[in-house]
Amino acid sequence: MARARSSSSSPAAPAGRAPRRASPARGAVPDLDRVIHERTRLAIVAALAAQSPLSFRDLKTLLGATDGNLSVHARRLEEAGYVAAAKSFEGRIPRTQYRLTADGRRAFERYLDHLEALVKHARG
Amino acid sequence: MDPTRFRSQPDQPPDVGGRAIDNLRFIRETMEKAIAFTAVPGWGGVGMGVTAVAAALLSTLARTPEEWLGVWLVEAFVAFSIGAWAMARKARRAGATLFSGPARRFLLMLSPPLFAGAVVTLALARAGQTALLPGMWLLLYGTAVATGGAFAVRIVPAMGIVFMLLGCLTLVCPPSWGTAFLACGFGGLQIGVGVVIARRHGG
Repeated sequence: MARARSSSSSPAAPAGRAPRRASPARGAVPDLDRVIHERTRLAIVAALAAQSPLSFRDLKTLLGATDGNLSVHARRLEEAGYVAAAKSFEGRIPRTQYRLTADGRRAFERYLDHLEALVKHARG
Repeated sequence: MDPTRFRSQPDQPPDVGGRAIDNLRFIRETMEKAIAFTAVPGWGGVGMGVTAVAAALLSTLARTPEEWLGVWLVEAFVAFSIGAWAMARKARRAGATLFSGPARRFLLMLSPPLFAGAVVTLALARAGQTALLPGMWLLLYGTAVATGGAFAVRIVPAMGIVFMLLGCLTLVCPPSWGTAFLACGFGGLQIGVGVVIARRHGG
């Protein structure tokens, strides 16, 4: 259990820090990707994995997030290279469309594998 | 759920497996919501709209109410087939099927008003009241879209409400305007909204 605890001690890395990747060498249950592990970012990535692209407004409605909260977490995912944002204008209204990058999809799949590994590990 | 759920508690061993299962469940629910949000096929709507315009033009050539009804019944079948195919295609692209999860829920919510529409169509046709059909169709199709699209992008339930208003308007206007209202609703409105959905919400 100590290994599992160490793999999940902090839900999110501070903004600007490079994403912490898995280190399978440490044991059977690797570290979770801290960038994705934070709840709002996990929801953004999961939504974009199912349906890409989604606009800022769609994501806000879908996740029930505030503008500020969604902006901060989307930017964090952009910095990690997991999400790409395309900005445009509709008339005078700015519009941002998000999509999951290939890196983001791989990271999400890795994260799912890690969760499954945690479940298997806990079940013995 | 608390984002700090994986943080260990000092006095208790962490239920890591349970928390991982919770997270997997959260991911699945979020993905289902995202699929439901954009499950309505935009290009399918455009296709349905185009066939509706064609049906409206064709139905103006009908010499009897029965011929007029026949044209629209064929159109209903064609439009339903296009819609179902387009929705299945969009669901498949999102890794789902038409009869699982969000798409299934959408179809279940869509079906009762459409079934009611079919029954009332039969009853009104037998009573020779075909002049009431355009308003009733627009009203009940609007109800189906508004309820079926309750969890979809906002433009979908909004389109349903516009259909309902159009249906109400059709019922109070002269019966001879019925086909024109059908062309506006099933044709123009559906094509316009379909293009917006296709461009903004993944096809």
